[in-house]
Amino acid sequence: MRKGDRLKEKIIQKEQIGKWLEKLGKDYEIWAPVKRNGLVLFHPISSAKEVYFNFLNSKKTPKDLFFPQSEVLFSFPKEEIEKEVETILQKPRIVFAIRPCDARSLALLDQVFDSEDYQDPYYIERREGTLLVGLACTHPQQSCFCTSVGGGPFAKAHLDLLMADLGDGKYFVEALTERGEGLLEKNDSLQEPQKKDREKLAKIKEEAEEKVKSKLVTKGLEKKLDKIFDSSLWDRVHQRCLGCGICTYLCPTCHCFALLDEKDKARVERIRNWDSCMFPEFTVEASGHNPRISNRERMRQRVMHKFNYFVERYGETACVGCGRCIQSCPVNMDIREIIEEIRNE
Amino acid sequence: MNDLYHPRSVAIRKTVVENEARDIKTFELVFLDQEEREKFKFSCGQFAMLSVAGAGESPIGIASSPLDDEYLQFTVKRYPTGVVTTALHSLEEGSEIGVRGPYGNFYPLKAMEDKNIVIVGGGFAFTTLRSTIRYLLHDKNRSRFRDITVLYGARSPGELIYKSELKQWEERDDVNMYVTVDKGEEDWKGRVGLVPNILSEVAPSSENSIALVCGPPIMLKYTMPPLLDLGFSPERIITSLERRMSCGIGKCGRCNIGSKYICKDGPVFTYKELRELPEAAI
Repeated sequence: MRKGDRLKEKIIQKEQIGKWLEKLGKDYEIWAPVKRNGLVLFHPISSAKEVYFNFLNSKKTPKDLFFPQSEVLFSFPKEEIEKEVETILQKPRIVFAIRPCDARSLALLDQVFDSEDYQDPYYIERREGTLLVGLACTHPQQSCFCTSVGGGPFAKAHLDLLMADLGDGKYFVEALTERGEGLLEKNDSLQEPQKKDREKLAKIKEEAEEKVKSKLVTKGLEKKLDKIFDSSLWDRVHQRCLGCGICTYLCPTCHCFALLDEKDKARVERIRNWDSCMFPEFTVEASGHNPRISNRERMRQRVMHKFNYFVERYGETACVGCGRCIQSCPVNMDIREIIEEIRNE
Repeated sequence: MNDLYHPRSVAIRKTVVENEARDIKTFELVFLDQEEREKFKFSCGQFAMLSVAGAGESPIGIASSPLDDEYLQFTVKRYPTGVVTTALHSLEEGSEIGVRGPYGNFYPLKAMEDKNIVIVGGGFAFTTLRSTIRYLLHDKNRSRFRDITVLYGARSPGELIYKSELKQWEERDDVNMYVTVDKGEEDWKGRVGLVPNILSEVAPSSENSIALVCGPPIMLKYTMPPLLDLGFSPERIITSLERRMSCGIGKCGRCNIGSKYICKDGPVFTYKELRELPEAAI
């Protein structure tokens, strides 16, 4: 490689990926979608053979690589405090084949955990120590609606590299950051993309975007929500909801948490667990007073927070259109239908 | 930046049981490391997370004045279902706990200068107002503020907190004190009546005045109309809110009302701001 030769767009042969990942594995811990017992989740891998490339999306989001579902922040007695924060990451990491929607959700979480006034060291250290290698979605699902909320199946935002399966044994790879270029440099069998590769890429991108059938009109939604806070619509939309919270646990942008203590004989650990605004206990005060008294208020809070409050505070919708809440709701609640109803109200 | 969630160690130097029901206690805390006290710069109206290892953390308003520089005071009500408040109440003097903060915004002390101050408090929510009164009445500060009127009420005489201090303030001639109880007892010689009613009776002038109000939600609700009637504009009525909190720094999502976080954008809001929030705050 000549000096100054910028690695921007390259072709990687599918069979070369194993060697590349093996090389990267020396410097990085690599997390990739793995299918186990019928469930696709991100796991650390030691060989490319483990990667399940044909996944649609992982059941759970990779957000817990940055904001774990449960983590010990520190423990008492406090002599043990110092070392713990410093060893959050043993090794820099790569999240390999993350979907563009999930990468985008991390940028939204950055706003919360890396705000100007208070920087969360646990989140930030993991975030800074992790590179994101995206895999474009060539087969969006029926529940996907990323294109309605500012994303897309081939969206490049917030990724270090974006890979796209051209379908003919080749991956088109684009380096989007210097760190992403650094990863590509570890691959010594890169090829220059030909005109027909670029044409193929444009074609599959267009096809993928077309496959995202759900079109939500989110324009003006924030303002509309301002007006319907007291609407009877909320009496209707929550009726089916069981309040199980699965939508918030699987949501890549949900970030509510609880700090609590667990103790055994020797020590006390202060733990951070995911929590959910869909749970009645979420807002119950010590006096027993609960400002969000029923499921109606909690459902409204979830929708308002994503499509109104977050927009007002951070300028972006706190939804990336991954559709996980739709896929996993036990009573088939569909956020797209709720938004449609709000628009028609 | 490692210490975002780490409490600082403090010792309980003194505890005072404030009420007859013995479920409200004031804890006087001293930092084990004096440097930490100097770093803990706060203003009236702010809160901190009190931490009992093994029980967890709770957000509690700071009851001492910023000028009480040797110690911090917190007045805590114990609830049977409150894990942290119950743990705190069971601790003896000398025990070590944690403090994290200070957090939140504060009463607009600067804007209150050269103005008449009307302070309306109820029950044990009087804590950050007590911090403010101590601050305003301090020799260094008193001359910067005009008339100071304090109206404080509790359910019964036995539930009034900071009793000896109330007496001291009543003896001063530079503060108009009105202490009331909802229901009197045989030997109670003071006022009897609900805070909003006494407020209408006392009728402090709203001219060049700012009102600070803190109390249980029901008191707040019924205190707003008489204040408005007296001519206080909604932006001259300052209140302090409470919500369940976990982080205190605008991340855990718990105290969110509209686009605001009570912990970070509050707990102090003007009545004007409260009225603009979508979810009823009081």
